[in-house]
Amino acid sequence: MIETSNLTRKFGDVTAVEDLTLHVGEGEVFGFLGPNGAGKTTTIRMLACLISKTSGEARIADYEVGNSADCQKIRKIIGLVPDNVGLYEDLSAYRNLDFYGRLYECSDAQRREQIEYFLKMLELWDVRDRPVRTFSKGMKQKLAIVRALIHDPQILFLDEPTANLDPEFQKTVRDFILELKHEKRTIFLNTHNLDEAQRICDRIGILNTKLVAEGTPEQLMESLEGRKTQVQLQQVTPAVTGAVERLGLLYVVSSGNRLVIDVSDPEKENPGIMEAIVAAGGHIQFITEKHATLEEVYLKLVRDEQ
Amino acid sequence: MKLWKAWVIARKDFSTFRTKRYIIYSLVVVPLLISIGLPILIWLGIGNAPIPPSQLPAVISGLNDVFNAFSFLFVMLAGFLPISIGAYSIVGEKLEKTLEPLLATPTTDGEILLGKVIAAFLPSVSAVYAGAVIFMVLMDAVTSAKLGYVYFPNWTVAVILLITVPLTTILSTEFSVITSARVSDARAAQQFGALIVLPLAAIYLATEIAFVSLTPANLLIISAIILVIDALLFSLSRATFRREEILTKWK
Repeated sequence: MIETSNLTRKFGDVTAVEDLTLHVGEGEVFGFLGPNGAGKTTTIRMLACLISKTSGEARIADYEVGNSADCQKIRKIIGLVPDNVGLYEDLSAYRNLDFYGRLYECSDAQRREQIEYFLKMLELWDVRDRPVRTFSKGMKQKLAIVRALIHDPQILFLDEPTANLDPEFQKTVRDFILELKHEKRTIFLNTHNLDEAQRICDRIGILNTKLVAEGTPEQLMESLEGRKTQVQLQQVTPAVTGAVERLGLLYVVSSGNRLVIDVSDPEKENPGIMEAIVAAGGHIQFITEKHATLEEVYLKLVRDEQ
Repeated sequence: MKLWKAWVIARKDFSTFRTKRYIIYSLVVVPLLISIGLPILIWLGIGNAPIPPSQLPAVISGLNDVFNAFSFLFVMLAGFLPISIGAYSIVGEKLEKTLEPLLATPTTDGEILLGKVIAAFLPSVSAVYAGAVIFMVLMDAVTSAKLGYVYFPNWTVAVILLITVPLTTILSTEFSVITSARVSDARAAQQFGALIVLPLAAIYLATEIAFVSLTPANLLIISAIILVIDALLFSLSRATFRREEILTKWK
């Protein structure tokens, strides 16, 4: 659905995005993480045909980014929520959406239906005739998302959709994105919010001008330290550690009564580990999988890159 | 180019302008000042003393030259009124951060620019016409009461209002939209846009010192020149409208 190959954008001597190669499949939610100035917004702007690329290639659906005829077609099948909501403050919510619906060439009936459907879904229907300037930040953000959906796009680009929102509105927006995910729309999400990325995204790319890492949240978290099994015992005895050593596994003892064991295939190895510990007289209280948090992975990768 | 899309953009701008007080003031106050102020000046200038019949033809001839020059003020008005609207057109979108979502729609540069031109043209030309009608009615009332004749309408004012004024409004609108797309704040756009009034003011002064006579033929020549400049400016506005520059360089 979205494909880039060595996509690069320079502003004078400054390289904003370098050799970005990625693939986002249909119906996938792809999260783009990165520090300020990492090139996330520039990437979205290139893919949305708002700015040109310096080199490389990018395709949206079957259309080529950079080809002016294709760009008009791309604009019809994508929706964009920029980092600034960019609504006409003096116009009503309904008038804002109706204006964009017309520019996206929606029929009168489609505009009416879409506006009513989404405004009701996001609890903005009752305030549809109020000027947008009277809206709270969260209401504006929701309206900006509806604006991007007014023409029923297959692909949605969201640039920091929950930035500066209070937790309640963040959750509303997040839940709404999950609804869109269930509708099998392809979503490209720029975010600083690691928790949000982990909850919503099927795959994540970490960008720091270059693509530093890419994978599912689980893959990224495993990539830092590998997979580990954490076993909490009543007491860690030499007999128990000896049993683990005999399995040829590396481990560390944590908090006095926890064994953190390196495993490569926990589904296969864990039953054997449990049997060995129990046979050595160990009393197991809990078994959990332990891995680095996405935040740890993100910080390490970004710092290493810097 | 889809003309209906330009109209959609223009209609949205009309709605936005209705909420901008300074735009409403400039569209209402300035035409009213001219259309009511000038007849009052003439009324006071003629005074109440009777004019000897022998001097009447000379007085009427002199007044008619003055009326022609006054009529040309509506051309200057047509150059002045679109500045505040045109200057706000692109800069306003940028200031409200609405340009990025607008440019993300399947709308071409030409459609956006034409929409902006229509949005500045229609209110301005309507305000000029309203002012001109008031001006002519009052002026005729003055000359009829004081001198027993009416001067308006005539061919000179017909050419001015039907040809020169619309072309000048387009000229000013295009110039303002071009400057609006090249500068980053509305005030700078207005200041640059105001430059368009200077050549018109020069023509007005030339009529006042009798260097140029505002005959219908001369007005048609002036209008033809403005028409050529209009066509050049529209091409220039499309060539100089760089969406990428506007998005990335304006802060």
